[in-house]
Amino acid sequence: MTTPSHVPAGVPAAAGDELTYVYAVGRDGPALRAVAPRLAGADGGPVRVIGADGLGALVSTVPADAFGESGLATQLEDLARLEAIARAHHSVIDAAFGEAPPILPMRLATVYLDDARVGAVLTRRHVHFRELLDRLENHVELGVKVYADPRAVVGTASVAATGTPAGQTPGAGAGRAYLRQRRAQQRGGRAAHRAAAEVAGRVAEVAGGVAVSRAVHRPQQGQLATHSGVNVANEAYLVPVEHADRLRQGWHALAEDEPRVSVEVTGPWAPYSFTVSAEAPEGGGNP
Amino acid sequence: MSDSLAGRMPGPPRNAAPAYGQSGSSANLADILERVLDKGVVIAGDIQINLLDIELLTIRLRLLVASVDKAKEMGIDWWEHDPSLSSRARPAHRSASPGGRREALAEENERLRAEVARLRAAGGLPEAEHTDAEHTDEDSGHGEAEAVPEGREERR
Repeated sequence: MTTPSHVPAGVPAAAGDELTYVYAVGRDGPALRAVAPRLAGADGGPVRVIGADGLGALVSTVPADAFGESGLATQLEDLARLEAIARAHHSVIDAAFGEAPPILPMRLATVYLDDARVGAVLTRRHVHFRELLDRLENHVELGVKVYADPRAVVGTASVAATGTPAGQTPGAGAGRAYLRQRRAQQRGGRAAHRAAAEVAGRVAEVAGGVAVSRAVHRPQQGQLATHSGVNVANEAYLVPVEHADRLRQGWHALAEDEPRVSVEVTGPWAPYSFTVSAEAPEGGGNP
Repeated sequence: MSDSLAGRMPGPPRNAAPAYGQSGSSANLADILERVLDKGVVIAGDIQINLLDIELLTIRLRLLVASVDKAKEMGIDWWEHDPSLSSRARPAHRSASPGGRREALAEENERLRAEVARLRAAGGLPEAEHTDAEHTDEDSGHGEAEAVPEGREERR
C-alpha cells in the first residue's frame, strides 16, 4: 500500500504488504543465532538473523501499512506508538548486546523492502561494519548526567546567606523576610548550578584515563525528564567493559559530599553514541 | 504516561549477561529516545523517513514540553525563537516577561557553559563536540520550572 517512491530500478518490489525492519548488525555466529529467536520485534513479531559476508543483521518482518513511509510517520507522531517502537527497538539491541557483543545498533526505523535488500547492504558495507565492530569490541557505553538541585539547599542557604537564623527575624516584617528568603533562594540556586557545573567539569576528568571516546547529548528536561533536579550535563562515554564499574563508582563519588548536585550513571548501553562514522567511512571516527 | 504503556511493550526475555546487558525494559524513555532517534548507525533504508523532521518538531514539542498549548500557558514558546524551527525566530522580541526570563536563563546557561569549558581546559580535556549547540542554550533554560517565579520577582 505504501509504495516507496524511490525503489531502485531493477529491484523487484517486495510482496507488497510486508517489509524488513533492521535493529542491529553483529558478527554472524552461534551467539547471534541463539539470541534472535527469543526476541520480539517492533510489531511483536519474531526476530531473526539475515547473514551475509560473516555479518548478521537482526531483523523482523513488519506490515507495510504500519511501517511504510506514511505509516511510520503516523506512528512516530504518536507518543504511545513511538514509545512502544523505541522500547522494542532498544530491547532487541540491548539483549543482543548482552549476549552476542559487539553489536552495531541501527537508528530507529531502518526499514527495507525485503530480506534480500538487507543482505545486499551487509555485503556492500561489510568492510566498514567489520571495522566498527572491531573498534567497539569489549567496549560499552555509559551515560552520565549531572543535575543541580537548588531546592536541596533552600533551608540552609537562607540561614547562611542572611547570617541570621530563620527563627530570629520576627520584627523584620513579613515582607522583608520574604524578600530576604527569595534572594537567598536565588543565591542558593546559583550556587547549586555552580557546584553542578564544577562536578560536570570533573566528569570528563574522571573518565580521562579510561574512556576512549566521548559524546555530548542535549540536557534533558520537560515531560520526559523524570529527575527532580535541573540537568546541566548529559554525556556518554565509550569505555572498556572491564573498567565500567570503576568509572561508575568514580562518577558517583563526585557528588557524594555535595547535596546540591546529583550524578546519575546509566548503562552499560550498546554503543549507540559511538557509531556515527558508519555513514562516512572516509570521514574519520569519533573524537 | 509511560506506566500505562509499559504493559503493552513487546518484551523480549531478559537473559543479558551482567557485564553488557542493562535494564532494557526499565531504562528511562528519554535516555532511550535520545539514543535510538539521534544516534546509532545510519544506513539508508528503502523506507525514507525523515527522523530529523520528527525529532525537531514532534519530539521536541511533544516530549520536551508537555504540549504546545500547555507550554504556551506556561509561557514557554522557545520554538518560535529557534531559527531551525520557525521563521519567526527573532532576537528583538524579548521585552515581554517570558522572553525576559528566557534571556536571563539563557545568559546563566551561557555563563555555566563557559565555566564548564574553562574547567575542561584546566583539566587538559578535549572540547565537547556540540552537534546541537544552537539548540541547547534555549533548551537548557526551560528545565528550571522553579526558577520562573524568582525571575519574575526580580524584574518587577
